[in-house]
Amino acid sequence: MNGEIATIFAMAAQPFTAATAGEGDFLRILLLQDFNTRVVVAGAMLLGAVGGVVGTFLLLRRRALMGDVLGHAMLPGVAAAFLATQALGLDRSLLVLLLGGGIAATLAGLAVIGLRRVSRLDDDATMAIVLSGFFGLGVVLLSVVQASGGGGQAGLEDFVFGKTASMVTSDVVVIAIGGLLVASLAVLFFKELRLLCFDDAFAASLGRPVMGLDLLLLSMTVVTALVGLQAVGLILVVALLVIPAAAARFLTDDLRWTVAGSSIIGAMGCWVGVTVSAAAPGLPAGAMIVLATAGLFVVALLVGPKRGLLPRWSLGRSLRRAVGRDHLLRSMLECREATGNAEITADALITNRFWSTGGLAGLLRVARRAGEVIQIDRDRWRLTDRGEIEAAAMVRNHRLWEHYLLAYAHLAPSHVDRAADRIEHVLDPVLVRRLETELGALVDAGSPASPHPLIEDPSVGDVGATGGEDR
Amino acid sequence: MPVHHRHRNPPIGPEHDPHAAMSIHDVTVAYHRRPVLWDLDLDIPRGVLAAVVGPNGAGKSTMIKACLDLVPRVSGSIRLLGDEIAAVRGRIGYVPQRETVDWDFPVSALDVVCMGLYRKIGWFRPVRRRHRDAAMEALDRVGLADFADRQISRLSGGQQQRVFLARALVQDADLYFMDEPFASVDAATEQAILEVLRSLRDSGRTVIVVHHDLQTTRDYFDWLVLLNTRLVAAGRIEETWTQENLRATYGGRLTLLEAAGWAMGTAGSGQIRP
Repeated sequence: MNGEIATIFAMAAQPFTAATAGEGDFLRILLLQDFNTRVVVAGAMLLGAVGGVVGTFLLLRRRALMGDVLGHAMLPGVAAAFLATQALGLDRSLLVLLLGGGIAATLAGLAVIGLRRVSRLDDDATMAIVLSGFFGLGVVLLSVVQASGGGGQAGLEDFVFGKTASMVTSDVVVIAIGGLLVASLAVLFFKELRLLCFDDAFAASLGRPVMGLDLLLLSMTVVTALVGLQAVGLILVVALLVIPAAAARFLTDDLRWTVAGSSIIGAMGCWVGVTVSAAAPGLPAGAMIVLATAGLFVVALLVGPKRGLLPRWSLGRSLRRAVGRDHLLRSMLECREATGNAEITADALITNRFWSTGGLAGLLRVARRAGEVIQIDRDRWRLTDRGEIEAAAMVRNHRLWEHYLLAYAHLAPSHVDRAADRIEHVLDPVLVRRLETELGALVDAGSPASPHPLIEDPSVGDVGATGGEDR
Repeated sequence: MPVHHRHRNPPIGPEHDPHAAMSIHDVTVAYHRRPVLWDLDLDIPRGVLAAVVGPNGAGKSTMIKACLDLVPRVSGSIRLLGDEIAAVRGRIGYVPQRETVDWDFPVSALDVVCMGLYRKIGWFRPVRRRHRDAAMEALDRVGLADFADRQISRLSGGQQQRVFLARALVQDADLYFMDEPFASVDAATEQAILEVLRSLRDSGRTVIVVHHDLQTTRDYFDWLVLLNTRLVAAGRIEETWTQENLRATYGGRLTLLEAAGWAMGTAGSGQIRP
């Protein structure tokens, strides 16, 4: 039982006929000194680049899994085309097999779109039905091929897991033609595809044919998946469509750069995968390409400048630092205003803002390094001239905002201080100018007076406001 | 029904008023056999700022989508600006509900506004400097000139709503359909949007707005369509804004809050009816 499936997985384990594996001369491979290596690397990189372009639009259209459906759906097409050529007594030709795969993939894509329209099923269920249905048929046809026992069937397994390492020049030409076709469609229809993916209802209201554009995207995906068969095979081709596009979203917030970044990541992943698998014969190149691309995704996820985890973490950290510094300088100025003494003790600051001793020490250290405060002795600190200017500006913003909240948001005076704390650090110059015009005469004399007592007496300090302070 | 009129494909049959901005005749729309709009007959004249009001699921958005040919009709015909929809697409503007798109999408506010020009720009042609200038002007009109280059997820809800409005402005249309442009915006933004809508009306355009806030309807609009799957009432707001009509629209579902809103809207205008 399950002989066909066992065969499929046996294929995966087969070592590739790695023409470039040679004696493991890694440098030779890296420097592309063999013609074969050059062919394989060029083909794989082209493919990665094209997959990145199409994948970006698929991902933004929320059809990422469409690549998986189309890939799997090619199996029955390829097998049927093989049986047809055999029945007609023709030679097995790559183009005929690809044509069969292309037709099957197109049918599967149309089936997904059609099912979505006529049934009330969700997209994921629709795609799962079509994918498994087509793949099941493919496995059946594959067993028929094997039972027929013709001599040329050996090549079919290449379509399931790819045959990167044994790509020849004609394969690369096929990839290049397909890639050129897809890339030019993407350029020609860039504007419309962007609109389709962002707001299809608006596109339809402009009279743009949404269904037609979806079919365009579908055919671009079919072509990409078809040429992708050569490198990674039909099971893993979805990786080339989804992973680079997903990685590029961490790098940029502009669609043009997302497309460019995605195709570069795809090409790089393919290059790394091919190089590694060529250097270590026996490792399947298709799977290595997918792993390398996934590795690049993880890198983008961590350090991507727009949404990467590390930049977001460090942004949060620097924001917390900036807030802490603002609070420190303002407190020092407020303490001085309240006591008339330029020399301020840590105790007074702690009373003013409820800092922890350690937290305050850290803030003071940073401010001293920045030249904003001077330490007079162990426990007493003073603002420098520079610190004074910065603090005055900050106090002004803070009080503007406090007065605004008092006047317009009807907050109690005891609450405006904390509310203003939360917002003042994100006040940009535009907002500050608007505040000034709103509050008019109040601000002419520089910094307006504080609407509440500056040194809070802990015994009357309001419970609600202190709860969220200085975590 | 005079059949001979229908087969010569005239732009407009006797069932439609050629002077209306929007003329809906006998339209039924159903989702999975459940009718959402039923036998709708409705004309809205040109040059008004019209509110479409009704409870949730009353078919307000569906009416707009049917006018734009975004949903299939079971029956009926619609004429916009006295013509078939396909013939006047270039003169129609649309503001979809804000929640219908992914605001994480990698485009800037300016990119989105430029989309309003895609029809004018045409196929295979890129967005050029003069298009971006026009889009900037529209952003400026809604007070977002400083945010043109900002990625749209970094805008507040009210700013996103205004980006959509700017995209509609740049369409320079004669008839606008707007689906809840006031949804979840702050008071200042609401006033800014209202000002833009009024200036559109004052320059002779027709603006049809799906609105959900009964408190403000009376003050903001000069034409009212009350909808609850079927048409309840339509006409000049002074004549249509009655407690009977609102009761009929909301049935038992007019909540206390909405009733209070109605009372406020009416008290403020001195139009209390028995």
